[in-house]
Amino acid sequence: MSLRRPAKNQPEIFEFSPSSLEEANKIVSKYPKGKQQSAVMALLYIAQKQNDNWIPLVAMKYIAKFLDMPYIKVYEVATFYTMYNLSPVGKYFVQVCTTTPCMIRGANKLVEACKEKISDKENELSNDKSCSWMEVECLGACVNAPMMQINDDYYEDLDKEKTVEIFDKILKGEDPKPGSYRGRLNTEPENNRKTLMDVKNA
Amino acid sequence: MLKDQDRIFKNLYNDMGADVKSAQTRGDWVNTSELIAKGRNWIINEVKDSQLRGRGGAGFPTGLKWSFAPKEVGSRPHYLVINADESEPGTCKDRDILRFEPHKLIEGCLIASYAVQAHVCYIYIRGEYFIEGQKLQSAIDEAYEKNLIGKNAAGTGWDLDIYIHYGAGAYICGEETALLESIEGKKGQPRLKPPFPALIGLYGCPTIINNVETIAVVPTILRRGGKWFSSLGREKNTGTKIFCISGNVNNPCNVEEEMNISLKELIEVHAGGVVGGWENLQAVIPGGSSMPLIPKEKCETLTMDFDSLMAEKSGLGTAGIVVINKDQDIIKCMARIARFYKHESCGQCTPCREGSGWMWRMLERMAKGEATKDEVDMLGDVTNQIAGHTICAFGEGSSWPVQGLLRHFKKEIEERNNLDPIVQKKNNIPYLVDQHLLDKKNA
Repeated sequence: MSLRRPAKNQPEIFEFSPSSLEEANKIVSKYPKGKQQSAVMALLYIAQKQNDNWIPLVAMKYIAKFLDMPYIKVYEVATFYTMYNLSPVGKYFVQVCTTTPCMIRGANKLVEACKEKISDKENELSNDKSCSWMEVECLGACVNAPMMQINDDYYEDLDKEKTVEIFDKILKGEDPKPGSYRGRLNTEPENNRKTLMDVKNA
Repeated sequence: MLKDQDRIFKNLYNDMGADVKSAQTRGDWVNTSELIAKGRNWIINEVKDSQLRGRGGAGFPTGLKWSFAPKEVGSRPHYLVINADESEPGTCKDRDILRFEPHKLIEGCLIASYAVQAHVCYIYIRGEYFIEGQKLQSAIDEAYEKNLIGKNAAGTGWDLDIYIHYGAGAYICGEETALLESIEGKKGQPRLKPPFPALIGLYGCPTIINNVETIAVVPTILRRGGKWFSSLGREKNTGTKIFCISGNVNNPCNVEEEMNISLKELIEVHAGGVVGGWENLQAVIPGGSSMPLIPKEKCETLTMDFDSLMAEKSGLGTAGIVVINKDQDIIKCMARIARFYKHESCGQCTPCREGSGWMWRMLERMAKGEATKDEVDMLGDVTNQIAGHTICAFGEGSSWPVQGLLRHFKKEIEERNNLDPIVQKKNNIPYLVDQHLLDKKNA
């Protein structure tokens, strides 16, 4: 299990914006009547998106009221799942996969780049407060290892130099292009493809 | 090598586009209503004839699973749930199906929903696959627009609604009952079985849960016939499978191949060989991180299917092949996998919650050569205390890789770790006095 604690400084009020509210109602309608609790995970995402990518305790209380469920149940869910950030993270939130398939292809070099470019420690904001990074478990893009995720996008087939380049871009406020950084097509074997050649050449 | 015309996922690398038009040129949605008009029993029998086994890891026969759904819909509705919570290290096949072949999945959902009499289907996607989820959502929207799903889906007379539910970074939610808990809006902690989900599942209603790949191959099986599918591979291990080859190979890739293909062919032909040549191979994890590793000697002749890997005391699992060459420290690789399991244990059962941390800490020390002689056996003992003593299969999943390491690389561990089991002050190893100090630093 992982240890997760809410941030010390908590805002006092939280409320869905009109657009969040609309989205939330749409999600609740996906589930059967009386089972609105099912929407809690999606609503936590909405709250996280609205609140600069982290969830304050007051938002959990708000969602509990919204879905007519006990606050502790929402708290349980928010602390159980690791993708809910319980304390502030950077506008660019970098997650480096370091599980074995990435590790044996050099994920530690990516971690080094994070330490040099963003901050010495995990979960700490960079000097300009725009970035933070953390090590995460398998992100499910093992044949494109080593890789990392920045916000929603995957950056694949990296090495240290390419990672540094990406960080330089985001520190300037630009959005680098997601996908493979060796220019290969998705998950095909690079320069060695032997299958489905007729559609490749079509 | 499998012939291209026998490949089910022709757009695996996205050469053609994932939209409904290109999907239709590949044969999706062509005669769905005819297939469904042949009736429930025909569909289930055809899937049984194909001997399709679940592609999510356990390899349970799919036709049999579908036949467990109650024959008559009672007061409770039936549900179909698709498990797209792909988190097993080494596995990334479902991601490609969600991105590039979403219509195969959606059509499969319609057929499977009809077969198990469900009108609602939930697709549980891991939260990290947000972009993939959006691509699937746009495919679902397309399908609604063309009336391929919704009321009277694809002219079959069957109503079906498909919804996506995002996970949020919990590996355990790939376990079917934890997944159901998660959809219900709770912590993803597995339920005791029985009762099995086929009778009491989502919201207490009959629920059939299948992996993405399993459902996505069903339309093609029905079109080309169960006999065609079972002619590939070998008895009880039939059909094609997407293999993910990662780690120390020259060209890591996903590739669809026939079951029972030899491991050497997969690595040498498709993945461009081991980095440093075949002689540089140390071990292979054949089916995602929870399957025990297999040393080089056995890799020469190994064939990749459920039963032949079982005979080697490993398993096909999700067919995520992780190749480890001699440049890697095998103990460190396994210690990292143990850390993964320590991080992902849901905390419900004590043996797993505590034991996964013990295994990780012991392996970390063994990698550094700081363990005592007798701890090697102690580690084996810990794995035996976890496996089989937990509610779900996570216990086995976390201890099997360690057992595999002990089975095949015990000598390496013992050579590196020959400390005397007496506290020696000059060594200054904190764990012998209080282990939690080390834990705190790494938690």
